[in-house]
Amino acid sequence: MKTEETAVQSGAKPRFRFTRKQSIGLVLGATIFGAAAQMLIKYGANNLASSSPIDMVTNPPLFTGYALYGIFTVLLVLALRDGELSILYPVISMTFAWVAILSVILLGERLNLFKVAGIGIIIVGVAILGRNSNR
Amino acid sequence: MTTPISSMLLVVTGSFIGSFGAVFLKSGAGKLTRNVLKLILNWRLAVGVALYLFSSYFYVLGLREGELTILYPLVSLGYIFTFIWSRIFFKEPFTTNKFIGLSLVVVGIVLLQLGNR
Repeated sequence: MKTEETAVQSGAKPRFRFTRKQSIGLVLGATIFGAAAQMLIKYGANNLASSSPIDMVTNPPLFTGYALYGIFTVLLVLALRDGELSILYPVISMTFAWVAILSVILLGERLNLFKVAGIGIIIVGVAILGRNSNR
Repeated sequence: MTTPISSMLLVVTGSFIGSFGAVFLKSGAGKLTRNVLKLILNWRLAVGVALYLFSSYFYVLGLREGELTILYPLVSLGYIFTFIWSRIFFKEPFTTNKFIGLSLVVVGIVLLQLGNR
């Protein structure tokens, strides 16, 4: 929201640039939408009455899931405008971590050592990408 | 249970195609404007999204058969492909932090997916 204001105030040729941390923040935000989309699509697919194309489009969880994927893509593209692909793309892996966490909270799936280690290592990896010092 | 070579090839093909989806999204993102018509006609973004959808088709086919311990790490290849393309197509520098961050992310994904079995 603040970014919009800045762009408008700066006059005729607004060209706001996201910093590296802001771009990473955008992708992290996007991954929450991506994770929610995956959960909804999985839920929708499991509860589908029939496999007719009309059912696949009108099923509310599936439809909402696709829409959230759309938001994910918009945020990702916005981040990619100013950020480096080699930094931002691995950040998308946080989607896997959110899905694992959401599955425990919402579906009652059990955590195990592999999952906890995986989530932890992904978070450390993303944090190191954020510390990249070439800019 | 063994993993058919065909499944492995399908998954590698999927991650290869998907990595180009990322390249087109990045390339299209550089041409973002406030002009709605130009935004709709931004073919790079459209190609990027289409490649993603296309790659998921290969994943679904590839993951139907075979050992996931072998196939899941192949899915993470997409991250490594994308990393290489970002150097070749966008001249992004390779740095130590990027190498460490990417390696940890790939290891994390593989562990997480092993835990999901």
